[in-house]
Amino acid sequence: MFNLLHTIKHALHLTPQSHAFRGGVHLSEFKRTATKASEQCPMPRVLMYPVKQHIGQACEPLVKVGDRVLRGQKIGKSQGYVSVPIHASTSGIVTKIENHIIPHPSGMGLPTIFVEPDGLDEVDESLIPLPNYRSLSPVELRERVRIAGIAGLGGAVFPTFIKLLKDKLHSIETVILNGIECEPWLTNDHQLMLEKSHQIITGLDIVMHMVGAQSAIVAIEDNTMDAAFVMQNAVEDMKLSQVIKVEVLPTIYPQGGEKQLIQALTGKEVPAGRLPIHIGVLSTNVGTAKAIHDAVCLGEAMTERLVTVSGDALPSPKNMFVRFGTPVCFVLEQCGLDSCDDVNIIHGGPMMGEILRPTDIPVVKASNGLLAMKKATVMASHHEEEPCIRCGDCSDACPAGLMPNLLAMHCKEEQFERAENYQLFDCIECGACSYVCPSHIPLVHYFRFGKGQVAKIRREKVFAEESRQRSESRDLRLRKEQEEKEEKRRIAQEKKEARAAALAAQAAAATDVADEALTETVSEKPAPTPKAES
Amino acid sequence: MHILLSLSVFSGFALLVGIGLAFASRYFHVEGDPLADKIDALLPQTQCGQCGYPGCRPYANAVAALEVDVNHCVPGGERTMLQIADMMGVEPKAIEAEETAPVVAFIREDECIGCTLCIKACPVDCIIGAPKQYHTIITDHCTGCTLCLEPCPVDCIDMLEVPETLEKWAWPVPGTERAKVGVERKHQHEGIDV
Repeated sequence: MFNLLHTIKHALHLTPQSHAFRGGVHLSEFKRTATKASEQCPMPRVLMYPVKQHIGQACEPLVKVGDRVLRGQKIGKSQGYVSVPIHASTSGIVTKIENHIIPHPSGMGLPTIFVEPDGLDEVDESLIPLPNYRSLSPVELRERVRIAGIAGLGGAVFPTFIKLLKDKLHSIETVILNGIECEPWLTNDHQLMLEKSHQIITGLDIVMHMVGAQSAIVAIEDNTMDAAFVMQNAVEDMKLSQVIKVEVLPTIYPQGGEKQLIQALTGKEVPAGRLPIHIGVLSTNVGTAKAIHDAVCLGEAMTERLVTVSGDALPSPKNMFVRFGTPVCFVLEQCGLDSCDDVNIIHGGPMMGEILRPTDIPVVKASNGLLAMKKATVMASHHEEEPCIRCGDCSDACPAGLMPNLLAMHCKEEQFERAENYQLFDCIECGACSYVCPSHIPLVHYFRFGKGQVAKIRREKVFAEESRQRSESRDLRLRKEQEEKEEKRRIAQEKKEARAAALAAQAAAATDVADEALTETVSEKPAPTPKAES
Repeated sequence: MHILLSLSVFSGFALLVGIGLAFASRYFHVEGDPLADKIDALLPQTQCGQCGYPGCRPYANAVAALEVDVNHCVPGGERTMLQIADMMGVEPKAIEAEETAPVVAFIREDECIGCTLCIKACPVDCIIGAPKQYHTIITDHCTGCTLCLEPCPVDCIDMLEVPETLEKWAWPVPGTERAKVGVERKHQHEGIDV
């Protein structure tokens, strides 16, 4: 009986008939680079390091023009808590430090350190390898993850060390290794799992040790079954199959989203405005796990990543290990692209990435894919926006359970309070709604606009409140000064009056005496002398 | 007889309610003007005086007392005007002055003679300096009110446009025809001539 129950429970848990999160869309995959062995991108003539490649505060350059730097040497010092340092990705000479454009939709720039490689690729060996990580304290390992400059390689580039905290309040039960690559075209995580499965599992083990988790799940979609087998073999090789489980999920976009994946695997939903840690889960990308392994076991700072270089305009698409700072155009040239002029370059995946205008932009920590698309392809997908026909397809597709049509309407009409009431900030900007919209409404664009405006209004509110306090305290100070002045004046006036009164009294006494002398009546008593008040 | 009864019932009721209200107005009395407080909270607190009042609070008091129209706060812009009109229950009115880019004051220090006049003029206390010392402006706190320009005897203060930074950048509204129509219609609804 017990066995039967157990089997049913097991079957229910392990073979989810449908994904547990609502919504989602099925996309064409276009994975041209799948199972193509990775290559190393050659050395470009110049490398560029923007001082901020993660979410959080920018770094401050530690080097001067003319300095020689080594591979893995820290060249940017983190400022503030939510920040990780920047490292040089090869040895060479710093040629200049100036503002340079970064991969960002604004097209704005940041201070950027330019390094000319000397071709020797000498490594900075200041980080000592720590292969016996199980015997080390999580605090020590956390510091290592921080100084190795590791930020989440799934796309959000949030400094990883912040998540790797053994918190007494929120103990982490399950670590989820996110091996789901749901964006079309991209294959870098898939390829990394095929090639570096042992390093990835070791990285996962380090994370489990750091947060004190007892179990872990490797999540893989059923369109990359080969990776699932390789990962399962690696887990068994390392005798970790008791704690690490490989789970295969049916393919759907956006299952790779942190909150969606957690819901699909555990059935638990991350509450609005909270973090996965609040429900005892931590998720990390496979690329990040490999970077953690390199930082701890090999003592290497994060200086390169696997990038999918693909797109319909590229003659030979590849998965390449690209050093951070390599110009995007140089990477595309390695794949046979003659000129970057008549293509559109997408940074990231086609669903969530953005089109880069100029091409002398460096590859940064967030660059999981570089897609060179024919202009005609991109133009063909651009349509004039038509009126909303209230079909509700966007609500069906939304993985966060929102109503994108209403949200977009409120954002468009600048009714931001209402948009917030419709949970604008729970939108993960996955683009599923824009993808299914038959009226070609750029829904996600409206949400980004709305979020930006709400942030601006909040900033202005805070500034107004500060100004009001400053103004009020100034008024108070002025009033106090005025009162003090008046008080002083009053005291001075009183003194003056008292003195005048005393003088008058003296004078009166003197006249009395004179009068008495005049009347020649001798008195026994001397005339009373009035005293001043003070 | 019935008339008398009903009259006495209703007048008695009115008397009771009247007594209740009299007590309520005494015991639940709120100091200050809550409406003016709410309006003050909507204003941008630049204390610039462009509305003709010596600061944001006096303007809020005047608006709450219906002494002045809702469209005199220039730095607050259209959004603030609409919010105030909504709160006061009056028709929105277009702001006459043109909206300008946000600015902050900047002192050319080598020309400053250290007279402290601008320090006295600053409504938010964000100029630091001492007699016969250079003065400087705390840019992060400057509201761009331009009140320091006038008293400066050597004209060494510039108003500079606030540069757009990466942190403050926000996505623009989607530039489709439809979006433009939406904005136009919105203005139509609100009775503003564009």
